[in-house]
Amino acid sequence: MHMSAQTHYQAELDAGRFCIQRCPQCERHVFAPRELCPHCGAGPLRWVKASGLGTVYSASTIHRKNDAGGNYNVALIDLDEGVRMMSRVEGVVPEAVRIGQRVQAHVAQQDGRGLVLFRPVQPQQGGAA
Amino acid sequence: MIPRSALDAAAVNRPLRGRAAIAGAATYGCGEAPGMDDMTLLARAAQAAVADAGLTMQDIDGIATCSVASSMWAMPVIEHLGINPTYVDGTMVGGSSFVAHLLPALRALEAGQCRAVLVCYGSAQRSATFGRRETQAARRVLDPQPYEFPYEPVLPVTAYALAAARHMHEFGTTREQLAEVAVAARAWAQKNPEAFMRDPLTIDDVLAARPVASPLGVRDCCLVTDGGGAIVLVRADRARGLPQPPVYVLGNATAIWHRQISCMPDLTTTAAAQSGAQAFAMAGMAAADMDMAQVYDAFTINTLLFLEDLGFCAKGEGGAFVQGGGIAPGGRLAVNTNGGGLSCVHPGMYGIFALIEAVRQLRGQAGQRQLARHRTAVVHGNGGTLSSQSTAVLGTADAL
Repeated sequence: MHMSAQTHYQAELDAGRFCIQRCPQCERHVFAPRELCPHCGAGPLRWVKASGLGTVYSASTIHRKNDAGGNYNVALIDLDEGVRMMSRVEGVVPEAVRIGQRVQAHVAQQDGRGLVLFRPVQPQQGGAA
Repeated sequence: MIPRSALDAAAVNRPLRGRAAIAGAATYGCGEAPGMDDMTLLARAAQAAVADAGLTMQDIDGIATCSVASSMWAMPVIEHLGINPTYVDGTMVGGSSFVAHLLPALRALEAGQCRAVLVCYGSAQRSATFGRRETQAARRVLDPQPYEFPYEPVLPVTAYALAAARHMHEFGTTREQLAEVAVAARAWAQKNPEAFMRDPLTIDDVLAARPVASPLGVRDCCLVTDGGGAIVLVRADRARGLPQPPVYVLGNATAIWHRQISCMPDLTTTAAAQSGAQAFAMAGMAAADMDMAQVYDAFTINTLLFLEDLGFCAKGEGGAFVQGGGIAPGGRLAVNTNGGGLSCVHPGMYGIFALIEAVRQLRGQAGQRQLARHRTAVVHGNGGTLSSQSTAVLGTADAL
């Protein structure tokens, strides 16, 4: 069966694995998941396990009423593989998420589906948080 | 990495420079139009624009239109207006669409495919009974962004907030400088009886306004209004025999580099850097030659990004450019002289209204806000989440 990239990505997440794509021809990493390499046009792309390490490229605090759950963070994360994704940095208040901050991914389960979220890397933990 | 384009617009598109003109332009129902719907506003704006051109609806044999809600919008518009066009452009690339409709229409007019193109839009976004909540829910299905929606970004504002945060980080741009954009827009709106918000607005008001998505507050965001707008394009030789002074299309180009903000190559450089360069190349002009800029200010950060990307100042210097009333009445550059999407009108998509304001200024018909110099204008449209960019260079007979 030929699964869509989105289906494959989500199935890996549901199993607790954060995978991104890599081009078999130009060897660049690719995100968001898709069918063909946006750099050289080759396909199919290969799935590889993401390092999960990244840097906050930009961040915003979305303001929401407290009774609806309160403020939350939306961030763009540049993964060390050279691709960017949207996510949320948790473990700190939204206002404390900083551009340039090092972050580490984990796969959370939300409503029965896997979702990539990030936490700040604690310097004393040497990036293995 | 910033994408590159191989198009030599100066060579390929220069022959179309000034070959067609905007002969008619009109708005209708801007602000609040209770009881109206999208088609009613469009039809009334279209009727007024066609009359302004000294034509009748039966003279219209080309149509360019699109809608946020309806993917087949050209068909009901053609049916409603009772026209039989031999040129149809239903291109939908968000709010820049109506600017992006220009170049294909120029080619069609030049080729003789049609003789009068109506570019038209209407939206009762503010008053419609089918509300924003329902539209947003429908679009989650019809226009999915599966790698962003799970994180609940409030779109589009979050995308622009992320761009603003990055611009502040890289260039030291301040919230006060962003607020200058909203304050300047309001000062222009106060000179425009058609503008929706005309109360005084200060930088402190903008900074103290309800936060939405940091660093943007509600006064950094465009209005939600009703409104219709339309223009009529004809060949330049025909325009010279019609009642209004022709507004010539000197250049136009469109560029799209992404859809989702997470896929934008660099959040501080938009595809306006490409569309602007190619539109100016077609016109044989530069930012310095422009008497005004009508740019799509969906959010305050847009104006900074577009002033930079269109070449009015260097990258990162947009904040300094607008500071101290730089783009307000009496400033160094007249920007969004109707009050823009921030203070005049923003019914879902704004591109057509930026075009219409340029036409009014170039004709010398802008009333109290009329600019003393009104020979050339750059109009810039934006769509999606900084996704589609379309730039047009317009001018009077003096600019040919």
